Amino acid sequence: MKLTKLAAIAAVALTAASPVMADLVFPSLSYRTGPYAANGIPFADGYADYMTLMNERDGGIGGVPTKLLECETGYNTAKGVECYEATKGEGALIYQPLSTGITYQLIPKASADGIPVHSMGYGRTSAANGKVFEWVFNYPATYWDGASIAVKHIMDQEGGDIKGKKIALVYHNSAYGKEPIRTLEELAKMHGYELMLIPVDHPGQEQKSQWLQIRQQRPDYVLMWGWGVMNQVAIQEASNIGFAMDHFIGIWWSGSENDVLPAGDGANGYKALALANPGGDYAIYADLQKHVYDAGKAAGSGDQMKTVLYNRGLYAALLAVEATRKAQEIHGVAQITPAMMRDGMEALEMTEASMAALGMADFGPEFKNTCENHGGSGLGKVQQWDASAKTWNLITDWIQSDKSVIDALIAEDSAAYAAENNITERCN
Amino acid sequence: MPNQLLFAIEVTINGLMAGVMYSLVALGFVLIFKASGIFNYAQGVMALFAALTLVGIQNGQVPFSHLINAVFGTDIHHFGWHVPAFLAILLAAGVMVLFAIIVERYILKHLVNQEPIILFMATIGLAYFMEGFGDLMWGSEIKKLDVGLPQGGSLWLEAKSKVLGGDGFYGFYIDKLDIWATFFAAVLVISLVLFSQYTKTGRALRAVADDHQAALSVGISLRAIWVIVWSIAGFVALVAGIMWGAKSGVQFSLSLIALKALPVLMLGGFTSIPGAIVGGLIIGVGEKLFEFLIGAPFLGGATENWFAYMLALVFLVFRPQGLFGDKIIERV
Repeated sequence: MKLTKLAAIAAVALTAASPVMADLVFPSLSYRTGPYAANGIPFADGYADYMTLMNERDGGIGGVPTKLLECETGYNTAKGVECYEATKGEGALIYQPLSTGITYQLIPKASADGIPVHSMGYGRTSAANGKVFEWVFNYPATYWDGASIAVKHIMDQEGGDIKGKKIALVYHNSAYGKEPIRTLEELAKMHGYELMLIPVDHPGQEQKSQWLQIRQQRPDYVLMWGWGVMNQVAIQEASNIGFAMDHFIGIWWSGSENDVLPAGDGANGYKALALANPGGDYAIYADLQKHVYDAGKAAGSGDQMKTVLYNRGLYAALLAVEATRKAQEIHGVAQITPAMMRDGMEALEMTEASMAALGMADFGPEFKNTCENHGGSGLGKVQQWDASAKTWNLITDWIQSDKSVIDALIAEDSAAYAAENNITERCN
Repeated sequence: MPNQLLFAIEVTINGLMAGVMYSLVALGFVLIFKASGIFNYAQGVMALFAALTLVGIQNGQVPFSHLINAVFGTDIHHFGWHVPAFLAILLAAGVMVLFAIIVERYILKHLVNQEPIILFMATIGLAYFMEGFGDLMWGSEIKKLDVGLPQGGSLWLEAKSKVLGGDGFYGFYIDKLDIWATFFAAVLVISLVLFSQYTKTGRALRAVADDHQAALSVGISLRAIWVIVWSIAGFVALVAGIMWGAKSGVQFSLSLIALKALPVLMLGGFTSIPGAIVGGLIIGVGEKLFEFLIGAPFLGGATENWFAYMLALVFLVFRPQGLFGDKIIERV
């Protein structure tokens, strides 16, 4: 009798302690508060709205509803780790931290726990090497791809020869901002340009010294790896000193409406790389309108639709959902585990046809992941701000990064990481 | 003149201008500390809230519209009018006076005679409350602030000074917004000095600053003085919010400008208005020149924040009360 009671209690306790397995759980480490909230909100809204669309329109993914677990990080690395620890036991399938700092902290943790991290266009670039980073993905393009794409665009502008030109990198003085330096240094050796490095301390509210330096040394082009207020101030200061805005190119995290609107007409002509297309002229918006917005189920205050960062949130969710479908297809089950999710991500292939079928024709680049390649195809476009129309216009087609340089750097950096952490290469 | 020397002069001038911007923030801290002994942690958030209110009023934004829409299912955002900048500034200043009354009535009144650390903790709470309240009231998107202040380098000065150097010198750069900030800072400081020296309320304010008990014993209302001081600090926060917000847009990060004021206060002293100005100028010039001469060429750059706090620390070692601060003498 006593034993039976104990067994019953143990069974109840176990059931209560085990993760809820009824839904496909997607944690959203968002930041709706703090200095970076203006960027965190549209991304989180886009991510949430796409998951809502899956439930409302399709009844979930493969018949299993999605469950979004939103946790506020405030773009604070420590809080991000807390959010990870608080949600991983809920059956989390994939983490998208939207912060390079948080990503760096989660790489060893998620690798030990066996949960995939998707740092889409951010995070540790060498994580593109799936042979070393089994659980980390950064497709469809990495920071190093971004650096190479920017230099290629400059070469295009200069008729293919940038020898002797001076290119300045204005960067957030953090792990994120420092990411492209190695690539830009390698490319400088290859193409013969001079690289000026100009760091800006967090948060970047005051950049007078940096822009005086630019005014005095007159670089031909300025690249920017900024985030939050740093972007707005840099664009305003560039405009103030009369720097040619079409020679000022930001990474895709320095290219949202938030970054250019405060500078008004001064931001006209500013360029930024595009991880995916801007604008809202996609069929999926009709579905979102019908099943999410009109149904009163939009995330947040429902006023972020069609912005660059909202679209990016949608895109991140779309890629997570497609990886889930792929995992379900590979393993023949609807209720997948994080390990199955990793398999789905490694087998993910996005084509023009698949994007069109999802209502986002030509929105993102084509790419095909493998066990070895977690970094996508390394394609990006260049967009330019039209201040009078208040729109981003694409001015190039997809530009392929210089893989001959980047792959070697990725191999070198990931090999060092593998040696430091006693990781045996996989995918053999 | 050699270009390097001209560049150093340009950096010095811009350092002075940046220092004025820091002083604008530091002034608010000094006013409240001087009159009530409170280190107001919420001063940066007050600048943010004041600027948010200004833009909201100017653009005819409906306060709490997101909340109203979520609760009642409506879709209202704007009243449909645009308020002229000057009137909007007056109305925003009015809101800051209301804010001062509320702070006094619901926080300070209940904390009379409490330890300074308790009052400090209360202002931390106030800062967090204001951050959320500001977001809820006006939304968290980045807002463009346009009160008609010119921005960009002075082309006239550039053209006139270009002849001083050779090739590679493009004339002195001074942001027109910084010139206006200097003008407003000067007006503010002169007004504050005149107010405290030549008006009855100003004298009462100084009496309270000197000794709360003695001021109370001669019939000065501590509560009224606190409301006045917080109102003035609110107005200073509004001016700081306008100047900084014009550069970056009005957004949460405005509240972080307080970080730039701390070394200024440590250097200039927490109780001196001239100290806030001189401290700001020293920090501004010091950090910019250090970055230009040593930071960027030899240390990889981004040394300004580090240098400002280092300089303040050095002053703390040799003159703990700051350059102009009152020497604290505790009698046993």
